[in-house]
Amino acid sequence: MTAEFLSPPQTPSQWRPNRRRSRRVEALVRAICLMFAAISILTTVGIVLTLVFETFDFFADPFFRQALWLNQLPDLLPDASEAQLLALSDQIEAVDPTKLFDQTAEIGVEPPSIVAGFFYGLKRFLTDNRWTPLFQSASFGVFVLISATLMTTTIAMAVAVPLGLLIAVFLSEYAAPQLRQVLKPVLELLAGVPSVVFGYFALLTVTPFLQRLIPPLQGFNALSAGLILGVSIIPLVASLSEDAINAVPQDLRDGAFAMGATKREVIQAVVIPAALSGIVASIILALSRAIGETMIVSLAAGQNPQPIDGNLGFINPLIPVMTMTAFIVQVSLGDAPHGSLAYKTIFAVGTALFLMTLTLNIVSYWFVRRFREKYE
Amino acid sequence: MAASPSELMPPQPPVAKGPEFAGNLPQRYSADRLFQIAAWGATAIAIAVLGWLLYDVLSQGLGRLSWQFLTSFPSRRPENAGIVGALAGTFWVMIIVAVVAFPVGVGAGLYLEEFATDSWFTRLIEINISNLAGVPSIIYGLLGLAAFVRLLEPITGGRTVLAGALTLALLVLPIIIVATREALRAVPDGIRLAGLAMGGSRWQVVWDHVLPAALSGILTGVILALSRAIGETAPLITIGALTFVPFTPGCTENFPYFNPADLLRCPVNVVQSPFTVMPIQIFNWVSRPQKAFHENAAAAIIVLMVMLVLMNSVAIILRNRFRQKG
Repeated sequence: MTAEFLSPPQTPSQWRPNRRRSRRVEALVRAICLMFAAISILTTVGIVLTLVFETFDFFADPFFRQALWLNQLPDLLPDASEAQLLALSDQIEAVDPTKLFDQTAEIGVEPPSIVAGFFYGLKRFLTDNRWTPLFQSASFGVFVLISATLMTTTIAMAVAVPLGLLIAVFLSEYAAPQLRQVLKPVLELLAGVPSVVFGYFALLTVTPFLQRLIPPLQGFNALSAGLILGVSIIPLVASLSEDAINAVPQDLRDGAFAMGATKREVIQAVVIPAALSGIVASIILALSRAIGETMIVSLAAGQNPQPIDGNLGFINPLIPVMTMTAFIVQVSLGDAPHGSLAYKTIFAVGTALFLMTLTLNIVSYWFVRRFREKYE
Repeated sequence: MAASPSELMPPQPPVAKGPEFAGNLPQRYSADRLFQIAAWGATAIAIAVLGWLLYDVLSQGLGRLSWQFLTSFPSRRPENAGIVGALAGTFWVMIIVAVVAFPVGVGAGLYLEEFATDSWFTRLIEINISNLAGVPSIIYGLLGLAAFVRLLEPITGGRTVLAGALTLALLVLPIIIVATREALRAVPDGIRLAGLAMGGSRWQVVWDHVLPAALSGILTGVILALSRAIGETAPLITIGALTFVPFTPGCTENFPYFNPADLLRCPVNVVQSPFTVMPIQIFNWVSRPQKAFHENAAAAIIVLMVMLVLMNSVAIILRNRFRQKG
């Protein structure tokens, strides 16, 4: 800056803006920034492609074709005796599924098509009532994992929605400004606690504490995992709902007060209905966070998939269960080799998880657009 | 409006008086008091649980916290174990996340706020970013496993610092983009118009005037994004970060093991090294049966939380400076 003043004054003819250069620089910067913005789209595309390809690969695994073949043997050979069928099954089972279909000629029975094997895999995934993908006699009933996820999520929402909403109301309607200034950072601190820390807390502190109140509670259980999962998403519900409540114009409250309503009546009948779209959006976001949360449930809820049967273990919050995310962690820690069935299974479970959260996102988007109240 | 006045006050008979018009005030006021107590109580419960957690971690872990704990590698004996491998891993991963996510996130924010016109492409990116914020972090782990660990193995070297950092960078990108856009929006338009009126190109105005004004807001967002990344466990477990790491990335063989200059001296040793991070070390210790390892976990949690609080304090200081300027 100062150099310009010290140097001899320049005549206008000497000063030339290098417009071409600045235009080029601008075009370059623009292109780079556009590329960076496109990375977010590439991320989504990458997620979708990864899940679609690997899930496809899972259902196309020769394992399912082999299992379907074994299933169909009695129908394919209606005249064969029990012993013959058993011998044939043993012969098919003895071969590694990945090499089985190169040797079908020796067996003498036509195997099912690849497409039929694919749909059989899909059917097993959706209808099996057990989840034992790592066992010899593998079952792939994903609803076993989904039921555990839904149980921890339900417990979490039962904690987070009432507490989060009441905190939002407290912060925006009751708390004095000074108190609010203290409470907001405390809530931010709660929001910043890493989930593995909540997992530590749920497993080693909350579970022993609850065991004194509920003796049959086991060391791993859905209850304390769900409760702490709920605590971990309280700040999300509270802060987003508070934003929605703060956006309700003061005039509406004043109008209701002028009609003789008490403060609670104003909040329940005017403020909350007016902020409803924002509140519901915050709840849906918290719900999808709870469904996808990993560390709390894999530390505190256990690694035991409960079969969906008459024993109702899959809806018992006192015993160990296995959520979708906990399964992915279990397989990842075992370092499944690339190409193994276990490796592919985590992508199939991931796809189910992704579809659930995507549906919630879409519902939330639709709800907010449909029910948003706009105020000047 | 969702609530009509009739819900608030049922229509009264025109000549209501005396007890009929009292509107049952005592009962309504006691319901009010109950509601207020519930709101207080909910807030108190949340704070009490946080307090319980902090007390629990401190009482379990403070005794284990020592110089030896900070400077030792993991061990099968809990009393010899330490966190130096996890600390170095966390530092390296965070440095690479920042190096990657900062320019990309700010560039994307700049594009959306300063360059883009309102086209279908811009709207697509916006919807996409809000959608990405709702994707569970473990799904990013699956993406990282397929893309960075398998597909880009020649570059990343498999389950390495680089693969982990790139995965986390994608995870925090939406946070940085949103923070950048908010900071840019807070810069008064007068600055842009004045710059353009002086003959500056759009980029010159943005680079010389808008960005400096928005910088502290952007940095706040970046720090908050990093503090999200530092506590993430699930995606790194999914891409296959190790749980027992008796070494540190880089080529500094002796104490303090972590030397930022390694990034220039031996970048390949750093980025293509297997690694662990603090949350995974904690996870590993928590999931062991021995009580002594749980105390180690609590001590490691204290270190992690101190790092988080420090980062958040810097963010709050920056934010306050930003507010004063704005």
